[in-house]
Amino acid sequence: MGRRVLVTGVDTFWGGRLAQALERDSDFDVILGMGTKEPQLQLERAEFVRSDQAYSILSRIVKATQVDTVMHTFVVTNSTQASSRALHETNVIGTMNLLAACGQSGSRVRQVAVKSSAIVYGATENDPCWFREESTRSKPPHFRLERSLMDVERLVQDFAEDNPATVVSMIRCANVLGGDIQTTNSHNLASTFCPAILGFDPLVQFVEEADVVRCLLHLTENRIPGLYNLAGDAKIPWSEVMAICGTKPLYMPAYGTTQIASTLVRLGLIKYAPELDELLRYGRGIDTSRIKQTGFECLYSTAATVHKFIRAVRLRRNIGREQNSYTFEQDVEQFFRHSPAVVRT
Amino acid sequence: MAIETTSDPKTGPKANGKAEQAVVEQPSPGNTEKEEGGALVAMPTLARERRIREESRHGAVTGPERLGDVDEWGRSEHMREISRQLMDPAYKYWFRVEWEGLEKIPKEGGALLVSNHAGAIPADAPLIMHGVEKELGRPLYGLADYWFRTVPFVGTMWSRFGGVTAHPDNALRLLRDLGQLALVFPEGTKATSKSYSDKYRLRRFGRGGFVEIALRAGAPIIPLAVMGGEEAMPIVYRVPGIASVFKLPYFPVTANMLAFGPLLGVLGWFLYFPVKIKIRVLDPIYYDIEPGQERYSKSFVMEEAEQVRTLIQDALFDMLRDRKSIFLG
Repeated sequence: MGRRVLVTGVDTFWGGRLAQALERDSDFDVILGMGTKEPQLQLERAEFVRSDQAYSILSRIVKATQVDTVMHTFVVTNSTQASSRALHETNVIGTMNLLAACGQSGSRVRQVAVKSSAIVYGATENDPCWFREESTRSKPPHFRLERSLMDVERLVQDFAEDNPATVVSMIRCANVLGGDIQTTNSHNLASTFCPAILGFDPLVQFVEEADVVRCLLHLTENRIPGLYNLAGDAKIPWSEVMAICGTKPLYMPAYGTTQIASTLVRLGLIKYAPELDELLRYGRGIDTSRIKQTGFECLYSTAATVHKFIRAVRLRRNIGREQNSYTFEQDVEQFFRHSPAVVRT
Repeated sequence: MAIETTSDPKTGPKANGKAEQAVVEQPSPGNTEKEEGGALVAMPTLARERRIREESRHGAVTGPERLGDVDEWGRSEHMREISRQLMDPAYKYWFRVEWEGLEKIPKEGGALLVSNHAGAIPADAPLIMHGVEKELGRPLYGLADYWFRTVPFVGTMWSRFGGVTAHPDNALRLLRDLGQLALVFPEGTKATSKSYSDKYRLRRFGRGGFVEIALRAGAPIIPLAVMGGEEAMPIVYRVPGIASVFKLPYFPVTANMLAFGPLLGVLGWFLYFPVKIKIRVLDPIYYDIEPGQERYSKSFVMEEAEQVRTLIQDALFDMLRDRKSIFLG
């Protein structure tokens, strides 16, 4: 019997991508996509289940569908995407409910894969050149997002301890860029002006969006437990990233950066998140030798990721914005999936 | 594509897993024995891999991938070349740096250079780095205090010129994994902030972290004694108020400010006295202890650190006994 997998946040970028990738994999018989909204991508055989942000119906779903694999990517890793309350609900309460449902009696869940972020390492002047998975932060966290993600990781680690029979895999992704994903960085790098801090040129690391999906699939298909850093090879200076993207640096002074940045955000020149404040000063590097030992290799290095990203942006600029023509319609989807009239091979 | 091949669900996932690994580890189509039973079953995985690879080729980079040459440490060979050209006149004609025992620094493999530190804005680090690179032709990474990174421009420049934050992980990677030379000043700002009356009296050697790093990396320690640095920019007085306002470790009034300040203004603050600098390389210290341990006995580490400190202190006094003039050596 093939595997039965549950994907969280199927309406968000990662959930949708992951569901699409799982559909192409014959190992997975049943794919359940949970989301607060309808899926944004066209899915062929994944089933959509609506839930609220904190997954209160999850324990029923896990019992009823007997899923054996849960892929949890519905974790907010950008503080501009959610208010502090929504952030807490989604990240901490959502993960808590999810793991509680996976660990309840009668659950058949044997693998949980979670996407976290390298933001948990922070970015300070005291940092090593490369963070390893077992490295600790150099300074205590002071952003809500950092604390929230650390709480998520702690929940996952506690779950792994309490359920030794379940394979628990977690990846910490470097900043993601790619053809489709919308982040603060992607917005800034595709604009005329990109924020930078005067006198600082940090070394940053990126990972391509397809590599993140491939990595999650790799860990799930091969049932590999553990915590892994995921990033493209090498680090490159922010000035070089901007040069590759052809955007002009908008230098902000090193003192009072947050105030200046919020003014620029209000003027609509840039997008800014508090976590950028430190990243644009000190950068961050994560060591990926552990994930490489499992036989996984990123297709894109950091520099290649930036090139791929800006080529996609240029294509969009030249042909006009690609409109997402797909809208989810419950009855149509029901028809294609369940009607006896549809010939399914 | 996915549904058509699930005819044999029992062997399906296993064969897929094998094929996946074969693809990842050996991209060349050499292993046929594995595909006997599951060539068909393995197809979708292979096809998926191929599709991803094609995708990547589609988005493949044309032209140069990198625009600069900054490495993982932030060091840039291009910037280094500029600094070499700027440093060389100062090295040759201003400080007239003279080495003694340079052959004791190994031509290859990791080694930790440990030196005394002096001067309000210490000139010893760039001079040693320049000298080793010039005379031996191999890069030397200078390990510096975290605080450097917080200073706009200074931190970036320092890193482009080959400076690295003095984090144990960084030192270990440089010495053990990359087999590079690293330079460390265990006294830190305790030495550079000391008054002129304390010259050539070494401060405490930190908590002996440098010994622990050398032990863990299995790299030798090479002590250096630098003479002349103390007189290049001596501190007359430290202003505590300004230091705390600007979050500096110290804010000095130097003899250079007083001597050159009236003539050259702020520029004079950064002008060194043309002292003669002599650097003596002492015998490398090899430890016969298992490298790679998580922890080493603190008492042993502290003892060794004190030993290195005494060696450098004695060498300095020995060199000073022969010094006839501050400026001519």
